Amino acid sequence: MLSNDFDGVKIGLEIHCQLTALNTKMFCNCSSDYRGKPPNTLLCTVCTGLPGALPVLNKRALEAAIKIGLALNCKISNNSNFFRKNYFYPDSPKNYQITQYDKAGGEAIANNGTVETNLGSVRITRIQMEEDPGKLQYEGSITTSSNTLIDYNRAGISLVEIVTEPDIVSPKHAREFLNTIQSIVETIGECDSKLDGSMRADANVSISDGRRVEIKNISSFKEVERALNFEITRQKTIQAASKMETRHWDDVRRVTVTLRVKEDEEGYRYFPDPDLPPMNISENYIDEFRQSLPELPDKRLKRFTKEIKLSEEIARILIRNKIVADYFEETLTHEYNPKLLSGWIATDIMGYLNRNNVEFSDLPIESKALASLAKSVSDSKINDSTAKAILLKSLSSGTTIGDLLKSELDNLVSFDDLPKIIDTVISDNPKALEDAKNDSQAIHFLIGQVMKVTKGRANHSKVKELIETKLK
Amino acid sequence: MSQLSSQFEEIKEKNQTINAYITFSDLSDNTSNGKLSGKTIAIKDTISTAGLRTTCASKMLENYIPPFDAHVVSLLKNQGATILGKANCDEFAMGSSTEHSAFGVTRNPHDLERVPGGSSGGSAAAVAGNLADLALGSDTGGSIRCPASFCGIVGLKPTYGLVSRYGLIAYGNSLEQIGPMAKNVHDCALLLECISDYDNRDATCVNTKKIKYTEHLDDDISNMKIAVPKEFFGTGTDPKVEETVRNTIDKLASEGAIVEEINIESIKYSLAAYYIIAMSEASSNLARFDGLRYGLHTGKSKDWNELFSNNRKSGFGFEVKRRIMLGTFALSSGYFDEYYIKAQKVRSIITNDFKKIFDKFDAIVGPTMPTLPFKLGEKLTNPLSMYMSDIDTVSANLAGIPSISVPCGYSDNLPIGIQIMSSHFEEKTLLNLGSKIEQIRGFDVE
Ligand SMILES: [Zn+2]
Repeated sequence: MLSNDFDGVKIGLEIHCQLTALNTKMFCNCSSDYRGKPPNTLLCTVCTGLPGALPVLNKRALEAAIKIGLALNCKISNNSNFFRKNYFYPDSPKNYQITQYDKAGGEAIANNGTVETNLGSVRITRIQMEEDPGKLQYEGSITTSSNTLIDYNRAGISLVEIVTEPDIVSPKHAREFLNTIQSIVETIGECDSKLDGSMRADANVSISDGRRVEIKNISSFKEVERALNFEITRQKTIQAASKMETRHWDDVRRVTVTLRVKEDEEGYRYFPDPDLPPMNISENYIDEFRQSLPELPDKRLKRFTKEIKLSEEIARILIRNKIVADYFEETLTHEYNPKLLSGWIATDIMGYLNRNNVEFSDLPIESKALASLAKSVSDSKINDSTAKAILLKSLSSGTTIGDLLKSELDNLVSFDDLPKIIDTVISDNPKALEDAKNDSQAIHFLIGQVMKVTKGRANHSKVKELIETKLK
Repeated sequence: MSQLSSQFEEIKEKNQTINAYITFSDLSDNTSNGKLSGKTIAIKDTISTAGLRTTCASKMLENYIPPFDAHVVSLLKNQGATILGKANCDEFAMGSSTEHSAFGVTRNPHDLERVPGGSSGGSAAAVAGNLADLALGSDTGGSIRCPASFCGIVGLKPTYGLVSRYGLIAYGNSLEQIGPMAKNVHDCALLLECISDYDNRDATCVNTKKIKYTEHLDDDISNMKIAVPKEFFGTGTDPKVEETVRNTIDKLASEGAIVEEINIESIKYSLAAYYIIAMSEASSNLARFDGLRYGLHTGKSKDWNELFSNNRKSGFGFEVKRRIMLGTFALSSGYFDEYYIKAQKVRSIITNDFKKIFDKFDAIVGPTMPTLPFKLGEKLTNPLSMYMSDIDTVSANLAGIPSISVPCGYSDNLPIGIQIMSSHFEEKTLLNLGSKIEQIRGFDVE
């Protein structure tokens, strides 16, 4: 697809983000660590909606939502409140969901933010808190199963929903934006996006004439770009093909998700939840979080390019994943060679991991070991290409950098023995010494002779350095 | 046979006529020593009791046994009270006569052909008919005060947030409170002392300083400023009720209280606002009763939608269905602004009006009920006239202020209650005035 095919495209996203750092559910004290647990074992009177049980807000959920709001440059509401979204569905034990609302006196926890990406900034409409429903499960497949099984372990897990303005201009931009959000929530430490189902997105797409289609429940961020590409192509194709058949297009519109969803939105009978009084959030309370906010990716990017002087390209690769950027900074504490270390991490290591489908968190090389490799280069014990070879060998063989480096260094002729060998080579080749004095390129013959005598086991730069002293 | 268990047998016998109880407890020994040791108590069946069936007077919960105690029930047990059983009420507390119960009507001990009021009619009848020393009720729009008035006992609706709602099966949760019911003001004050305890499991519960209400019953009332709103004696008020209540107010004036007639214009909108808010909340609160996890289950259906429909169709009574339908309507898009939002606006106007009155006055006084207890079946076919009987009580729920009903006289051998309202968390004033009324009204409640 040509880039101008996205002219006039406006994309908005709704991102559901589980607050995975919390220990308990949003409105009760049940454990929120539900993954892999036997069905219906993390339940209480509140999250199963027993008559007379009442929800009490988990303060950590509020803290996490405020932190995410601040990180996305939102205004935190001082008088945020909860609403009920009413609908009958078996995954919802109360047959309503506790959520937030932007109308009828509703106030989401955070509003009016912006997120910068390298493809343009995206305004955040609001961030709202809500509870996850339970999970429906089918024996075999949904069509053949005679029973629906319900697991309420997930019911009541804390979520924030991040709603954007339709500022996203292409599917690629959407992907870039999602990566940025992911990196931000991970930096704050409130959402581990690697956990299955911890981040989900809905998208809405409209083309220049204002038609809007929603794509619901896209299961992973990787699929968002693909789904958007498909939807935009489909819309444009239909438009082009049916210019004379406007009515046909209208018919199609009637069955698109958008209309149905719109009707649903109005049918949810939102109203303020009387069990949860509005949250009085003081500016002082918000300030505490503002001050304790960790360095966010865009700030880190600036520091990497301005202070550490990395190239923008390398810096972006590093900050995209908090673990990677943290690892890089850890190596610097052992050996301050940012250029070498950032290059190894961003290209050699990440390239290897991507090719082999390994997560960075599973990287077997400790930051200290990688730093020691860099130090050997700084100390001229080995050269760049030898170091890189050791790194790649360590990655593929699993042998530690320490062991590889040791055998490499053990193999080298010691620095103490080098002057004697060089003296012998020079006395065997007196003419070459004279040539080298006149022609700087001629030194390579002498270096070559030394390497030949030592069978390549001499440190190249050390040899060069020593011969150069003889030329003066 | 111990004295208590022979007494229990007598109560069960009497209950055959009154039908104050839906379920009796197994009368387990309460070894805790406390303020309520030796006292027997009936608990409204909207309040959860661990291991003891809690039906809300509904077929929906006919076999529901809660796995936990409401906070107030734990407090009663700690104070040594003996729980006799679960008191009848209107289904899910929706009614003013206790005629809307899946377990039959409760009869008024003063006249068996008349209603005990509602929705906490079983609780009131149990106390009035000597089937319990004390009772707990719940009051969403008058459900404690109405039956207290009709049965000639004392009933108090606390300030919203004074008593934990944890374990109270919700009808209109922004309006309701659990409250004490007793023969006299002292016992009512004592029971309130025991149940007003901060509970962090109810986010609307307020952590206030504990007050020993029983120690303020004899405080001096001279120079206390009492407002009497004209609106509480509007059309539909039985002249016999008006006369008795006004007599009592005159006696308070002779005791030194400063009485002044006032107007609260907004009160005329209170009934409409109350019913819209209560029904809207109810439509959502009662959504959880789908028969899937607990409650009536009608058997296999073709899908969950049909299952929910069947369970709810069979489980809920007519009045509950009516209120769910009306509440669903009021919250529906297109009607929400006109009904729910407007009702909330009225609510805040009423709340403000009351606030202004309490800047000048200590209490507001009027009748609890506009009429004497009516006959069984009299209003059953006319829901509007049934709703109208809440006209004097609902404003306290809308404003969240405390209110008490104290017997102040009889007409045709039927009891009449006087209602007192005060500012938020000023229950002390209500009980103080109530106690004074007991001294000056010229009769005792046996
Ligand atoms: Zn729970």
